[in-house]
Amino acid sequence: MTEHTPALIVLVPLVSALLLPILALVSKVLARGWTLVALLGTHAGSVSTLIYVLANGRWHYYLGGWAPPWGIEYVLDPLGAGMATLVSFLALLVAFYSGPYLKDAAPLKTGSFYALFLLVTAGLLGMVVTGDVFNLFVFLEISALATYGLVAMGGHRATVAAFRYLIVGTIGATFYLLGIGYLYAVTGTLNMADLAERIMPLLNSQAVVVAVALILAGFGIKMALFPLHGWLPDTYAYAPAPVTTFISAVMGKVAIYVLYRVFYFILGGTGPVLPALTVLGWAGAVGILAGSLMAIAQRDFWRMLAYSSIAQMGYIAVGLSLGNMMGITGALLHILNHAVVKGGLFMVAGGVFWRTGIRDIPSFIQMSRRMPMSMAVFVAAALSMIGIPPTVGFFSKWYLVLASIEASAWPFVIVIVVSSLLNAVYFFRIIENSYLRFRTAEEDEVAVGGTELPATMLVPMVVLGVAVFMLGVLSGEVVTNIISFALPWGTQ
Amino acid sequence: MFEAPLLAAAGLIIIGLFAVLFKTNLIKIAIGVTLIESGVNLFLITTGYRKGAVAPIYTLAPEGQQMVLPTPQALTLTAIVIGFATTALLLSLAVALYKHHGTLDARKIRRLRG
Repeated sequence: MTEHTPALIVLVPLVSALLLPILALVSKVLARGWTLVALLGTHAGSVSTLIYVLANGRWHYYLGGWAPPWGIEYVLDPLGAGMATLVSFLALLVAFYSGPYLKDAAPLKTGSFYALFLLVTAGLLGMVVTGDVFNLFVFLEISALATYGLVAMGGHRATVAAFRYLIVGTIGATFYLLGIGYLYAVTGTLNMADLAERIMPLLNSQAVVVAVALILAGFGIKMALFPLHGWLPDTYAYAPAPVTTFISAVMGKVAIYVLYRVFYFILGGTGPVLPALTVLGWAGAVGILAGSLMAIAQRDFWRMLAYSSIAQMGYIAVGLSLGNMMGITGALLHILNHAVVKGGLFMVAGGVFWRTGIRDIPSFIQMSRRMPMSMAVFVAAALSMIGIPPTVGFFSKWYLVLASIEASAWPFVIVIVVSSLLNAVYFFRIIENSYLRFRTAEEDEVAVGGTELPATMLVPMVVLGVAVFMLGVLSGEVVTNIISFALPWGTQ
Repeated sequence: MFEAPLLAAAGLIIIGLFAVLFKTNLIKIAIGVTLIESGVNLFLITTGYRKGAVAPIYTLAPEGQQMVLPTPQALTLTAIVIGFATTALLLSLAVALYKHHGTLDARKIRRLRG
């Protein structure tokens, strides 16, 4: 069994998903249990793979026993296995969290929800473990199509958002397909390792330049890079809370992982990649400022978090574009940071909305007394977003600032520092409302009471809230033991 | 005329992008998306084309006869299936929107929403 773990971490959620609609008709509890067991197994597999890969180096797995370049190969390196661990961990937490959300849903809806959720997870895991650029496209579409379905479950406004997301997302994926079409036309291979070798003499040919531009545009759409972010706010604001939590935490991260993989591991970070990285960096920097300013302008808590996501993806883009060791380390740490933090924030936003129906920021007055645990998690996550030590957000931004100084990219230093202040502005508004402002006496009587969330929703939130500090304190260990092996120079 | 299929692919993609950007009818937008996909599929299949070559069925090919590349055909087949799923989802969302709003005009739906 263990030698097939790389395939199993993708196949278990994929196959489990197919049975779920039937299981849910029998019993909703059974469907939920089945989902949790499948994700627990997937996560255990990812963690064991990560440990194995860190000890023994890269793991090549030939799907169906066909050796590359003919067959499809799964390659697990510390980067891929680390991403798989992150994705499966958040999938597990979100599946746990979504229980109360679906309590009143019809059995078929519950079944479809969990089935689509497992399909998204399988698609994202497939994207991070595959060693084949076309296989990556297939997994991209599996995760994307399932996401569109999940988003549309949020009601009529969500259907409009899902339609728009579907069109924009499909165009993004098609750009990527066209890009790998160009790469295939000049190299005749789709295997990443093979491609990396054959493309070196062709790096400055026109076809490769076009391919790089198309892949950047395609995944720029998928990760909501600044001018291509139009689909994101509506999608995040109207999708059901568990869906928003999961896609905001990991989907954009997997998209930028693909850019990192293609630009640094396949194309070696040189040639036509350099102008692409410059574009990525500047788009990210403008996105940081624009996203933060738009977040300040929002009244709706969910929409504010959505715009803040655009800004946070900008940080990762800036880190990658710098191309020095410090920058990429910072970008990878920020992927981890933002997945944990934004997951926690959307869980709080979803929980508050589920319990009280409140989403606009002025109504958060005295929320800390109604939901003390949830708001404590919110504060922990907000501190990390602003970048206050000892949260993990401080360390990732610290790396990014140092990297910008090292590369003499002064505009980026200013952008990162200024946006931390902007983050403080929009998060402090909510902290102020929920902790420091008081209602009138009669409002107080209605509002205060045991309205904290059920344990199933609270536990995943608290896990993420604690993780913010744990990862901060242990960030040195995370960087030396995992991230330093995920750099393009570390694995060659 | 090796360029003809490539020009056709570029034309399909441009017409599709035009439809997606400037049309307001949801069905026409869906048609635009499928046009883009068709253009990309045509491009992929063209990369494997060899003049005068036969279909890549190993047992049926005569001795010494050149065959077209099978990999792009497999890619295109997969992309067509994915495109089918995308189109089905697009149209089902359009039906859901039509049932609720009574119109397929994207501008009107956006206005009703706010």
